[in-house]
Amino acid sequence: MDVAIVGIGMHPFGRHPGVSGLEQGAYAVRQALADAGIGWSEVECAFGGSASAGNADSLVSNLGLTGVPFVNVYNGCATGGSALAMADRAIRSGDYDLTLALGFDKHARGAFNANPESAGIGRWYGETGLMLTTQFFGMKIQRYLHDHGLPADILAKVAAKAFRNGSLNENAWRRKPLSEEEILAAPMLSNPLTQYMFCNPGEGAVALILASADKATRYTSHPVYLKSVSFKTRRFGSFEVFSPWLSPERAPGPTVEAAAAAFEAAGIGPEDIDVAQIQDTESGAEIMHMAETGLCKDGDQEALLRSGATEIGGKMPINTDGGCLANGEPIGASGLRQVYENVLQLRGAAGARQVPGQPKTAFTHVYGAPGISACTVMSV
Amino acid sequence: MSDVAQASKVAGARPVADGLFTWPDNPKLLASSCNSCGTTTFPTQSSCPRCTGSDMREVTLATRGRLWTWTIQGFEPKPPYAGPAPFEPYGVGYVELAADADGASPVLVESRLSESTPERLVIGAEMDLEIVPFRTDDDGTEIVTFSFRPAGGA
Ligand SMILES: [Zn+2]
Repeated sequence: MDVAIVGIGMHPFGRHPGVSGLEQGAYAVRQALADAGIGWSEVECAFGGSASAGNADSLVSNLGLTGVPFVNVYNGCATGGSALAMADRAIRSGDYDLTLALGFDKHARGAFNANPESAGIGRWYGETGLMLTTQFFGMKIQRYLHDHGLPADILAKVAAKAFRNGSLNENAWRRKPLSEEEILAAPMLSNPLTQYMFCNPGEGAVALILASADKATRYTSHPVYLKSVSFKTRRFGSFEVFSPWLSPERAPGPTVEAAAAAFEAAGIGPEDIDVAQIQDTESGAEIMHMAETGLCKDGDQEALLRSGATEIGGKMPINTDGGCLANGEPIGASGLRQVYENVLQLRGAAGARQVPGQPKTAFTHVYGAPGISACTVMSV
Repeated sequence: MSDVAQASKVAGARPVADGLFTWPDNPKLLASSCNSCGTTTFPTQSSCPRCTGSDMREVTLATRGRLWTWTIQGFEPKPPYAGPAPFEPYGVGYVELAADADGASPVLVESRLSESTPERLVIGAEMDLEIVPFRTDDDGTEIVTFSFRPAGGA
């Protein structure tokens, strides 16, 4: 049974004092129900979660006690992707016709606070200042630029694009365009990455209503088909966050396998994709993930960025909604934000940031701690 | 190795954690090597993440290796960071080190770097281990940790 996305809802990303993560989740669900033209009681099965804003299943107190089986997902940066994968499988298996995938979150200000003991590492690691996600990103892109002969200034190009696209997105958090000069002149947080090259933990929620494809037109005149969802974790030799040591025997990151599996299941390749949303926790991540997902070869990013290929009007538009850089990263919601954006793009409903030429295919990619990746391929 | 010798002489100085390096004489990083596949881990651990084996032996690591990647920590981390005040940016990197044992693979060890000037940190350059004062405990004990500095530096 093929799967279609028939309803989408979003609570704007950013900071919302006085509004809990769960309330933002409920808001997104109501939006998605309205978009699909259905009531909450029609949802047959639900999957959702957050990293730090509570259990999704408690939302029935807000939305209605309908007896719906509601599964909590708690899977780090893959929370949204995992919820979507299960909501997708629930239909593909033939068990259900109408399911919900939900992701929401609300984080404190500043860099994510890491606890060495909960990661199975000695306290000394945090005490001596080695346990920061920002350092990991700096070191990973430093090595990548070295290996592939890429200049550090392309990092500013990625960030400038994100804020430019974010300025066209009414649901984005950072809506002020910044020049490459301003981005390069910002405080250096973790060489070669400056302050404006990093996304911030934030708040927000996204809900998606999925239906079996043969019933999709009951709910929407613009069904978007979920061709594949894949989810992988790291292998030995992958360079991941919070690693006191690494093997000199290097292995590709989980993105490579997740993307390849998503494309294989969808029956199309990266060259067939019209618009892509890929994980840009910081500028370097977008550059590395362009190659890991197969959208380009290692080292080709400089030419692509300088020629404008990844802009909304380019031949390979990436992160058309401003990505994590402009939207912030509510961990549970982030992956589903990408799917939401692709649905808008494939419906032709993305307004000022609409990719021209009626895109037919789209791709999403999340990556995060502790070495996980989830990808989707969508089409109309 | 003069700094290593110097720090070793700090009366009553204590490593930030047990089991990270030999102390106080001839400090070397302590690692585990898998007797089945040769994978080396830092610090020591009781099982092998490459082959799932649990037959591990303790080995020491070379005190000189090559810088694999680096960054500079530009802002003061949140707790549990317990570094010296006022905060000064510090280097962080991975240094590839051979294990002092037959059949044990090299390992990339993440470490503070004693150098925090970008121009002086070069991927592939030789780095030397040193044990450096990190902070002073409430009872006045000097706490030391491991760090690497460019080889042949001042
Ligand atoms: Zn082994």
